[in-house]
Amino acid sequence: MRFDVWMSIENSVRNYILENYLFTDDQSELTNDVSLLERGIIDSTGIMELVLFIEEAFGIKIDDDEMVPENLDSVDNIISFIKGKNSN
Amino acid sequence: MAHLPPIIHRLLGDSLLISAQKNPSKVVVTTNDVAYTYQELLNYSAALANALQQRGLQRGGRVAIYMDNSWPALFSLYGVLLAGGVFVMINPQTKADKLAYILNDSDAHCLLTDIQLENNFYPVLDKLQQLRHVIYAGKEKEFLVSETLIEHFDKVLDKVSPDVFIKNRSVANDLAALIYTSGSTGSPKGVMHTHLSMLFALNSLIEYLRLSDEERILNVLPLSFDYGLYQLLMTVHLGATLILEKSFAFPALMFKRILEKKVTVFPGVPSLFAMLLSFHERSKQCFPSVTRITNTAAALPADFIPTLKEIFPNALIYKMYGLTECKRVSYLEPELVDIKPTSVGEAIPGTEVFLLSPEGKPVTSGDVGILYVRGPHVMLGYWKQKELSEHMLKDDVYPNQKILCTHDWFKMDNDGLLYFVGRSDDIIKTRGEKVSPIEVEHVIYGIEGVNEVAVIGVPDAIFGQFIKAFVSLKAKSSLDDKKIKKICVAKLENYMVPKEVIVMNSLPKTANGKIDKKQLS
Repeated sequence: MRFDVWMSIENSVRNYILENYLFTDDQSELTNDVSLLERGIIDSTGIMELVLFIEEAFGIKIDDDEMVPENLDSVDNIISFIKGKNSN
Repeated sequence: MAHLPPIIHRLLGDSLLISAQKNPSKVVVTTNDVAYTYQELLNYSAALANALQQRGLQRGGRVAIYMDNSWPALFSLYGVLLAGGVFVMINPQTKADKLAYILNDSDAHCLLTDIQLENNFYPVLDKLQQLRHVIYAGKEKEFLVSETLIEHFDKVLDKVSPDVFIKNRSVANDLAALIYTSGSTGSPKGVMHTHLSMLFALNSLIEYLRLSDEERILNVLPLSFDYGLYQLLMTVHLGATLILEKSFAFPALMFKRILEKKVTVFPGVPSLFAMLLSFHERSKQCFPSVTRITNTAAALPADFIPTLKEIFPNALIYKMYGLTECKRVSYLEPELVDIKPTSVGEAIPGTEVFLLSPEGKPVTSGDVGILYVRGPHVMLGYWKQKELSEHMLKDDVYPNQKILCTHDWFKMDNDGLLYFVGRSDDIIKTRGEKVSPIEVEHVIYGIEGVNEVAVIGVPDAIFGQFIKAFVSLKAKSSLDDKKIKKICVAKLENYMVPKEVIVMNSLPKTANGKIDKKQLS
């Protein structure tokens, strides 16, 4: 994957979370490795919205058994998950 | 063989002593795919109990447990009980200011927590009058020496032995827990429950849910919520097994656990069942091992039932109603779920309920009245809140005994079954949690630039209600709905954050100039 595409995935995931869960555009409020669940950024009702956003924004279909913390619980995990889906 | 004296179930912690004696090698909990036995739970709890006593915990002293659903949270709870203390569970979503309020209000002497909550607990330590000790789980870290001693669980437990028997002189009328709940005044209040009231409630729930020691109970609800807490208490009391997850945020993980662990009891709230139904629509789910599903916190929509029966083909479905002040009020026999689809059933075993008019007169069946609850499960009152306690606890027919006035409106049919009509105060119930509009309004009023605010609950099929805030701004303020939400997220638990914030020029007023919430929707 090209570096600029990679960066744009990162940006759009970060911006989505900052805007919809933290209600800010201050980039310093979210680090890529933090657990979204443990920090209370996303809770049980928020995860479906995140899944729908990823499906729509990146044109991928997320299976039920892919909705696990390893794929979705941090910005880093989400980026590598999207990257993996795209290369399949 | 040494003679073991029989242990009698008098205190909440006795459940653990008895179950561990009966079946020490049985698994009490699996969490994060790790299994722990009853003997391990007893060893860790007893060691912690010793450590707490060494740190000055006296009989009846309060210990706050501010943690995610985790193994340390479990042995913390039983550790406090074995030491003769009173546990205070605090939702891990609680932010710094409210955490400080609860720690001060309860006069907690010790805080048991997780390092990942450091951003909330560390900054408030110097504001706490009574707190002397913090013991934390998770990654070890160096802290500056201060008046409060901050130690890691591993270091604390290494130095004590679980074998030294702890003399616990508590009696059943002593407090076992303070359970904090939102109040109409805006500040949370601690519901006082004794060993007696909690053990009574526990046995009543076990009876009507028809549970045995073979159950594998799934708990994805926070242990700070009494519904989640009682899943643990019931498990240990029965000698059964708990499947503990942090939340239901990752449905696939939850489904995997149900299948792998052959879960038999599935406690949920309407938002959890709604999520399950939407998954079932994407791809069919079926969990034949589950024999009981339970719902409380908000009404389970009747049209969920047919699909729930598809997902859980072998399960009895229990609709229930309760409030922290007596743990649970009523349940509907599962055989009636289709016959009485809107009822929340009858009083739980060993208790009674009745309806009175606002003047205190009996109400004929079919008419609306205020629901009263009578039984040993009723709380002692609110911690240090005499007036509020008197508002909820009324005189019984026998002297010096109290009954609980729920202040909720109900109807009762000819079969004695209850139907919820509405609340008589303006507390919002969303996602199963009680939210005081005043508490949310306080936070929004604290924002620079806000002139007026009114917070209301708007009816919602899944959440029960969702929170909506109406705000007017001071001249030249550049605030908008997003900035207001941002501050709410930083100060309030997630479920308290308004879903919608509407900025208006001014808020509607009554003739007396008070904000008229009736005109807002």
